Amino acid sequence: MAYIFQQILNALQLGSIYALIALGYTMVYGILTMINFAHGDLFMVGAFFCFLLAAYLHLSFVPTLLLSMIGVAFLGVIIERLAYKPLRRAPRVSAIITALGVGLFLENFTLALSPYPKHIPQLLENVTWTVGSISISSLQVLIIVLSLILMLILDFIVQRTKAGMAMRAISWDKTIVPLMGVPVNKIISLTFAIGTGLGGAAGVMYGLAYPVIDPYMGIMVGWKAFICAVVGGIGNIRGAMIGGFILGTVEIMVGAFFPSTYRDFVAFTLLLILLIVRPYGILGKPQPQKV
Amino acid sequence: MTTSEKILAVSHLKVSYDSIHAVDDITFDVGRGEIVTLIGANGAGKSSILRAISGVIPYSGSITYSGKDLKNIDADKIVAAGIAHVPEGRGIFGNLTVMENLKLATWQRKDKEKMKKDFENVFSLFPRLKERRKQQSGMLSGGEQQMLAVGRALMSDAQMLLLDEPSMGLSPVLVRDIFKIIQDINAAGKTILLVEQNANMSLHIASRGYVLETGRIVLSGTGRELTGNPRIKEAYLGG
Repeated sequence: MAYIFQQILNALQLGSIYALIALGYTMVYGILTMINFAHGDLFMVGAFFCFLLAAYLHLSFVPTLLLSMIGVAFLGVIIERLAYKPLRRAPRVSAIITALGVGLFLENFTLALSPYPKHIPQLLENVTWTVGSISISSLQVLIIVLSLILMLILDFIVQRTKAGMAMRAISWDKTIVPLMGVPVNKIISLTFAIGTGLGGAAGVMYGLAYPVIDPYMGIMVGWKAFICAVVGGIGNIRGAMIGGFILGTVEIMVGAFFPSTYRDFVAFTLLLILLIVRPYGILGKPQPQKV
Repeated sequence: MTTSEKILAVSHLKVSYDSIHAVDDITFDVGRGEIVTLIGANGAGKSSILRAISGVIPYSGSITYSGKDLKNIDADKIVAAGIAHVPEGRGIFGNLTVMENLKLATWQRKDKEKMKKDFENVFSLFPRLKERRKQQSGMLSGGEQQMLAVGRALMSDAQMLLLDEPSMGLSPVLVRDIFKIIQDINAAGKTILLVEQNANMSLHIASRGYVLETGRIVLSGTGRELTGNPRIKEAYLGG
């Protein structure tokens, strides 16, 4: 029983990181119907910003987190403006290939600057509490709580603010939104900033949990988070959160009861089955046919 | 011809999609406080003209509003300048509530007090919208969606409304209602440019009209002149 509870905690930690990254995929898809395949690499850049700020500037946790988020958000907005915006009217496959190219660029740019894996210094004192036979680390609690807070803030922005209203309107019909007096490009930039900023936050938290980072760390995590977004229903924000926690749980539980080499194989098999049962994802709906 | 001050002047407007000229050298104007209608069959270029005015498609020629050239102004700033476009098919955001649809249209506004009054005004004009203000607007009927589309244009506080086929897909009773509302809005001071396939109703309420065929203006005149014109009778008014 205690073992299961321990694994649930681990699942929440991994799931909340996946969920944060999946949000970036789903938000961009929601407004541009485009998959930003560079998003996993932006997550990696977030971890490297964390390394730079902590190792060279000796900043403490909170400024490191905030500056990394802002840095990645800024990078996301620039990428959208330079690489994706000129292709908005181009065939969708062009935008996808461009996104893959941007991802490769980020990986290799980082590799050129930092050919060896880096070690993020310990930013926070990690306390471990033991309750019965369960051990809870303060880092684990921090990652889970912080992720939940970020998701609540995002949910508030999207559901309750005027900018969020504009984002939802764009996801319904982008062509009508300018007629309401809404500056669509600014809202798209804001969406990129928030989505990639959350990815940057995930990079920092991942870096705290697994402190050895390298330029390719975003590839596998990025693919997995993308799958979370699809499983939850791509374009659906709450779906991305659910998808993240599902994959986190499946991975940890498979690792807990089977040899760890089975982990990805079993996890992805389950997700494929889920997609066969619900092709549009858990909260996704078939696109309404517009007349 | 009108003696009132020109508020909108369109001159030598051309719009092309790929190699097709949807609008081919069109010149017309709208006076302040008028209802002017553009009538014509499907594909005559009516919607393209409205889209050019509201700045969502590229064009050549010139469009000025209150003496201001609109050419290089972004669509959102054209709303702020005073032109609201109610698009063909209504363009309701079905995933937003009725209230959210109305609020979105106030994006460019900062006058909180006047906005409050405009909300009351829209709700008294369309009591159905008030009843349903918390509902997802995708659940509204076609007539209610058209009311919401017009309500949104009013919430943007624009002086001029571009209405694209407001009667489309509505029952005859609702069509009469919507044309009555257009007249009321006009009487309250808004200038209206109305694009319609329903030539009969629109010429009836319009001070002036232009007849479009394949991207060109083939006839123009007062509403009365056009309804009396045998060619219009035959082609658009059912004999």
